[in-house]
Amino acid sequence: MTTSRLRGSLVTAVTWVLVLAFFFPVAWMVFTAFKPERQAATMPPTFAPDLTLSGFQAVFDRDMLPYLINSLSASVGSTLLVLVLAVPAAYALSIRPIVKVRDALFFFISTRFMPVAASIIPVYLLLQSVGGLDNITWLTILYIGVNLPIAVWMMRSFLAEVPRELIEAAQLDGARLGTEIFRVVLPIVMPGIAAAGLICFIFAWNEFFLANLLTAQVARTTPPFLTSFVDGRGQFLAVLSAAATVAIVPVVIAGWIAQKQLVRGLAMGAIK
Amino acid sequence: MTVLMSAPTTRRRARSAGSAAKQSRRSSLAVSRAMLWPALATSIVLTQIPFVVTIFYSLQNWNLLRPGDRGFAGLDNYVSVLRDGSFLSSLGATVAVTGSSVVLSTVLGLLFAVLLDRNFRGRGLARTLMITPFLVMPAAAALVWKWSILDATTGMANWALGLVGIPPVAWNTDVPIVTIIAVLTWQYTPFAMLILLAGLQAQNKDVLEAAAVDGAGPLRTFGWITLPHLRQYVEIAVLLASIMLLQVFDPIAIMTRGTGGTKTLSYLLYERAFVGLEVGEAAAYGVMTVLVTIVVATVALRTLFKVFSTEGLGR
Repeated sequence: MTTSRLRGSLVTAVTWVLVLAFFFPVAWMVFTAFKPERQAATMPPTFAPDLTLSGFQAVFDRDMLPYLINSLSASVGSTLLVLVLAVPAAYALSIRPIVKVRDALFFFISTRFMPVAASIIPVYLLLQSVGGLDNITWLTILYIGVNLPIAVWMMRSFLAEVPRELIEAAQLDGARLGTEIFRVVLPIVMPGIAAAGLICFIFAWNEFFLANLLTAQVARTTPPFLTSFVDGRGQFLAVLSAAATVAIVPVVIAGWIAQKQLVRGLAMGAIK
Repeated sequence: MTVLMSAPTTRRRARSAGSAAKQSRRSSLAVSRAMLWPALATSIVLTQIPFVVTIFYSLQNWNLLRPGDRGFAGLDNYVSVLRDGSFLSSLGATVAVTGSSVVLSTVLGLLFAVLLDRNFRGRGLARTLMITPFLVMPAAAALVWKWSILDATTGMANWALGLVGIPPVAWNTDVPIVTIIAVLTWQYTPFAMLILLAGLQAQNKDVLEAAAVDGAGPLRTFGWITLPHLRQYVEIAVLLASIMLLQVFDPIAIMTRGTGGTKTLSYLLYERAFVGLEVGEAAAYGVMTVLVTIVVATVALRTLFKVFSTEGLGR
C-alpha cells in the first residue's frame, strides 16, 4: 500500500507544480507591480527587489480613477438592467406555462453566439450620427445586449430547480403573481441571481472591443486605458503591472469569494 | 439563424368564451408573455436589427471617404471579398488560432479537471488559483504576457528556457501566433476545466466502484467509463470555447496587430471598417464571419459526435 500512497503524493506534487505554473503570470504581475521601475524588467529577473508603492502612485497620478468609475458604472448599470429583464423572462420560460419555450431559448442563445462583427458597423454609424460615441450610457445599453442571453439562460436553469409544488401551493393559496415571485421564488433563487449578476459584471468589466471602438476620452473604460501604459520610450513594466493589478483585483476577488455560485452558474448555464 | 415567437394572443383573448379554467390559463399565458417580451424585444433591437442592417450595407457600394458614391452594389462586395487573398488567409488564421487554442485548452482542461477532482490537501486553494486566469481581464492578460512573460530580452519564458540551456526565442516578433495561442490557452483552460470538472462530479460513483471491484485498472476505467460519460461535457466545452474564440479580438489588437498569421476575421473586419472606412466591404466580411461561425459550430459538433461514437476513446 505504501507504493500507492507514494504515487498519490507524487500526483499531488505534480498537480501543485502545474497549478502554480498556471497561476504564475498573475502572481508575477502583482509582484512586479510592487517593484521600482528599474528592477521591473531585468535579466535575470529581480527576485528580491526594493518593494515600493511608487508604481501604484504613478497609476493614480496618471488619473486612472475616472476610467475605473466608467467601468464600474457601465458594468453595474448593465448588470442591474440585465437582471431586471432576464429574471422575469427566465421565470416565464421555466415556471409559468408558455408555448415555444425552446424557440425562445434558442433565440436567446443564438444572439450570444452571433459575433459582434455582425452588428458593429450599423451600431457604430448610428452612434456616430446621433452623437452617441464616447458616451457611457450607450456603452451600458450595448452591454445589456451582450449579457442578456447568458443571464436568461443561467436564470432559467436555476429557476427550473425550484420545486413546482412550492409554487403550486402558493398559487392555490390565492397568492397573486407578485407574491408568488417575491415571497416564494426569489428567496430560493437568490444565489442564482447573484451568480448570473456576477458573470454579467465580469464580462462587462473586462470587455475591450466595444469600449475601445466606441469610447475615446470621457467614457473610456479601464481595459482600453490599460494599453496606454505601454510606452515606447522607456521602462514601463512596473507601472503597467500596477495598473493591471488594480484593474483585475475587483473581479478576481469577487470571483474568488463567489466561486461556488460562479462555477455552478457556468456549468449549469452551459449544460442544462 | 433566429426563431421569433408567434404573435401575442390579443386576438384570441377577445373571444372571451370558455370555462373559467381556460380563462385563467389564458390570462396566465398573457402574463407569461408580458414577462418574456421586454427581454426578447431588447435582444432583437440590440442584435438582430443591426445584423439585418449589416446585410443591407453589405449589398452597397459605400466608402465613408467618398459619401457621394454610395449606391446598390449587388453581390460585388462578396465577390471582391472572395477574390481578395486576405479573406482566405484570414480564414486560415482564424482556424489556426481558434483551433489550436480550443484543442489545447480542452486537453489541458481535462488534465486539470482530473487532477483537481482527486482528494488532496489544499484542493480548494488549488481550484481557486486555477480559475483565476479566466477572471483576469483579457486586455491585462495580453499586456502582461507580451511584456512580462514573452519579451525577448527580459521575459520570464526565456529566463526559464535559459535555466535548462535553451537559447532565447524572440516570441513577439518571430512567432506572434504562438504568443496569441499561449494567452488564449491560458485563459480558456480554466473554463474548459470548470465544465469538465462538473462532468466528473456528476459521474455515478457506484459504476466506478463496480468497475474497480471487477478488477478494471484506473486507466481502463477512465478510458471506458469516464471518457464516454464526459463526452457531452467535452462537446459543450469545445463548442462554447470555439464560439467565443472565433470572435476573439483583444489579444490580437494588443499583442500583434494582426501580424505574423494572426489577422483573424474579426480583426480584418475591424481594419476594413474602422481604418479603411470601407463600409460595404466590411459589412460583407461581417456577414461572412457569421456564416463561418455557424459552419464551425455545426462542424465542431458533428466531428465530435463521430470521433466519440466510432472510436470509443482510450483503447
